[in-house]
Amino acid sequence: MHVPDGFIDAPISAATGVVAAAAVAVSLRGARRELDERTAPLAGLVAAFIFAVQMLNFPVAAGTSGHLLGGALAAILVGPYTGVLCVSVVLLMQGILFADGGLTALGVNITCMAIVTTVVAYAVFRALVKVLPRSRRSITAATFVAALLSVPAAALAFTLLYAVGGTTDISIGKVATAMVGVHILIGIGEATITALTVGAVVAVRPDLVYGARDLRRRLQLRVNGALVDAPAPEPARTAPVAARTSRRALWLTGLATSLVLAGFVSFYASSNPDGLEKVAADQGIDEKAEEHAAADSPLADYGVKDITDARLSGGLAGVIGVGVTAVAGTGVFRAVRRRRTTQDVSPTSTSV
Amino acid sequence: MGAGHAHKLYRHGHSPVHGLPPHTKLAAVFAFVVVVVSTPREAMWAFGLYAVLLTLVAYVARVPAGFLLKRLLIEVPFVAFAVLMPFVAEGERVEVLGMSLSVSGLWGAWNVLAKGTLGVAASVLLASTTELRELLLGLQRLKLPPLLVQIASFMIRYGDVITDEMRRMRIARESRGFEARGVRHWGVLAKSAGALFIRSYERGERVHLAMISRGYTGSMPVIDEVTASRAQWSYAFALPFAALVVCLLGWTL
Repeated sequence: MHVPDGFIDAPISAATGVVAAAAVAVSLRGARRELDERTAPLAGLVAAFIFAVQMLNFPVAAGTSGHLLGGALAAILVGPYTGVLCVSVVLLMQGILFADGGLTALGVNITCMAIVTTVVAYAVFRALVKVLPRSRRSITAATFVAALLSVPAAALAFTLLYAVGGTTDISIGKVATAMVGVHILIGIGEATITALTVGAVVAVRPDLVYGARDLRRRLQLRVNGALVDAPAPEPARTAPVAARTSRRALWLTGLATSLVLAGFVSFYASSNPDGLEKVAADQGIDEKAEEHAAADSPLADYGVKDITDARLSGGLAGVIGVGVTAVAGTGVFRAVRRRRTTQDVSPTSTSV
Repeated sequence: MGAGHAHKLYRHGHSPVHGLPPHTKLAAVFAFVVVVVSTPREAMWAFGLYAVLLTLVAYVARVPAGFLLKRLLIEVPFVAFAVLMPFVAEGERVEVLGMSLSVSGLWGAWNVLAKGTLGVAASVLLASTTELRELLLGLQRLKLPPLLVQIASFMIRYGDVITDEMRRMRIARESRGFEARGVRHWGVLAKSAGALFIRSYERGERVHLAMISRGYTGSMPVIDEVTASRAQWSYAFALPFAALVVCLLGWTL
């Protein structure tokens, strides 16, 4: 998905460059809160990890394989700010050193792949974790959904940029259908791998997973046969910054999630009807196909496959979107209410 | 990681291009790409002239053509994409060899191909004539936030270490008879990725402790300050200036 030079026109490239610079500036500040003065080495090593893990090939079927994009993974493992920062640095280095993605398109690349992916993934993840029961399995499930939605969201962001500043007038319906359709397939692969990876880390070192910090239990002492909360010995090294989200933040997260989902689904639905006749478009826009999961469709029988894919993925997007919106919507209310009633009861249903 | 441990992207040499201060080269390449992108696509000859300019730079830098062309292969996915553009774009159509192609699609394909290729070639020339460390120093000189440069330098410095760690894990898997063949094996690979994350993170913590014990207070000391003279700046900017002239001609003609 690395956009080359000349793909998006100059004004939009400049505008996204400003957006990217602002987001990186905000993330630098936020990452200092997430990691304090350990930011440089830790974020650097995590960026190196993202860079390396993008080279890890996951075989799909005979001869084809996909790899991880890593935005959702970074957001959930090390937090949204550090995640944006790490992915941005990876993109910057790929642009300058490996000529992968144009220098003038750096803003577009960072906006789509670092910012949108990470922010959408983390917002969805937070909302789901609030709603689901506090357990390791729900962390994995939330990771799956977050990663699944983050990839088509990035594709959609790219489509919007293309609609405003594309250098070729391909109809936006075509671009959206092909981009989102293909990226939902990619998203399924990404989601599976991300969920498995986060699950593996949670099983071994749950304290390292930023998204699972709510899961940590207070130390309890058995005093005369009764469990008593131990007094906090010292402020924990990774003092939770975003962990105790206020109710207002919770509301905002839920609202943002449902807005993103609603916009995403409705946009997709409106562009779906003419997806059938635009087989060529599907074939044309899936630049990612070469290096990703969609590589299993040979050119010869693209037609049939892509029509079914478009339908299937359209339906899938609808179901997932509506379902998650509904769940998130009702869940926010329930979580708020539950929080109000069970303010002081110490959680006991964790399995870590 | 001692002396003489150059990255494979870098091509050692002593040409005038190698000798320029890194930030002048970075700024020049960026300016060049901006000029190229803002050239009207109808001025086909302008892109030819840009290619000639880049060839001159490659000649001065003594970067062999084969090396440059091989590195250009990274662009292939977009070439495939550009080839498909004329078939799907809107607007009036022309008959070429019995195929109905969109005119604007053809222009779009040419646009992406020409500008993308020139951009990639410029980046490749930059990376092959500038050492990684120098590039990072150059970024710092260009007023990128120091923290961002530090993160990038840690990423570059430990990128190979982490990649090697991943390679060793793969060898360990394979020596135990594991071969990833399909979706069913994703669990194993994902566990490897998880283990790799834990190792990277813990390595980061160790690196941080080592830095603190050596007096790190939040910023890296700059030991080799690079400055550029006016002559060096003008030498580096010969390329974008020449390109700018071509671009202006392209707009007026």
